[in-house]
Amino acid sequence: MKIAVASGKGGTGKSTVSVNLAYSLALREKVVLADCDVEEPNLHLFFDAEETEKEVKVPLPEFDMEKCTLCGDCARFCNYGALIVGKDKLLFLKEMCHSCGGCRILCPADAVSETEVSIGRILTSQPSENLTLITGILNIGEIKAPDVIKDVKKAAEKITGSQITILDSPPGTACSMVETVDSIDFSILVAESTPFGMHDIKLAAEVVKERNIPACIVINRSDGQDEVIEILSEEMNIPILMRIPFEKEIAEIQGNGEILSAHSEKYQKEFLALFDEIQKMAGGEA
Amino acid sequence: MKVAVTSKGENKDSVFEGRFGRTPYFLIFDTESDECKAVKNPYSQEASGVGPRAAQLLVDNSVNKVITGNVGGNAASALQMAGIEVVLDRNGGSAEEVYNKNKA
Repeated sequence: MKIAVASGKGGTGKSTVSVNLAYSLALREKVVLADCDVEEPNLHLFFDAEETEKEVKVPLPEFDMEKCTLCGDCARFCNYGALIVGKDKLLFLKEMCHSCGGCRILCPADAVSETEVSIGRILTSQPSENLTLITGILNIGEIKAPDVIKDVKKAAEKITGSQITILDSPPGTACSMVETVDSIDFSILVAESTPFGMHDIKLAAEVVKERNIPACIVINRSDGQDEVIEILSEEMNIPILMRIPFEKEIAEIQGNGEILSAHSEKYQKEFLALFDEIQKMAGGEA
Repeated sequence: MKVAVTSKGENKDSVFEGRFGRTPYFLIFDTESDECKAVKNPYSQEASGVGPRAAQLLVDNSVNKVITGNVGGNAASALQMAGIEVVLDRNGGSAEEVYNKNKA
């Protein structure tokens, strides 16, 4: 089962929920925790384990100007505006290219070849016997976060023996988040009970609803009332399955880079109960 | 010489459009005859990459100079590579007025 932890707004507690859920589950079975927030991965801060590294490469076209006839077919084909063919030269805007390979396929002069460039890294580590952590990192200056996320998800699938993958999504509802929630089984939406929090979680909820992904809400920094999120939960028919209270002690544990569930058996049990409930909702086996 | 003017409509008296990549039309004037033809910009509603693609449209129409309100980074690189001169007009008016003011 693949569970994505998402939120519209940044800083609501996605990482807290991901780390604690994975930690608690790993006490009883094998789990893969995948950090898909590749522009600012942070789950590794909670664990201390040796990492193995793999590059993320994407194909890019290369142009042989000896062969190019400046016909412009490639530029008129490119949906992303990555190619412009002038009267005497060609301009390739690498950041705009989505690596579709179309220009290479259709070039009548056979002037386009393919080269690979590195845009990021995938780090894999084994913080405990049952827990595998996969972290995606997008190189600074690169913009193709979804390609790194795709590789994080592929790496997660290759880990054998684990039936559960928890994906920590980037904030927002842009390409990176949509890539993370693509073909998953369940989505945990982490919300904070403020008007901003409500507005942003609603956007995230709409993304997963559109894709028929069952979802639940976890409220972080709950004041015990959480009116705005309760109204939304009812409106959108997404149950609130857990509330993490706004407490200094929790903030301190988190702030020290430690895991709440490792400190408190109560939270261990709560996160396991959350998972059991999710499993029922998703209707699948673990 | 051919001069393109970004325009909200397809006639000379249409309102000048300030955006380059998202302009609904390019009015392409011939400076010798002052004749004008409208070319619809098929990318005006597209999600992304509109600037460079609009630039390619001007290349394909053998345009030498474009008059518009503003040009984005990628479009500017594309126009420069293609040797198309860019004139920015921030005052507006009708497409024809803007053309007459800046054609020289």
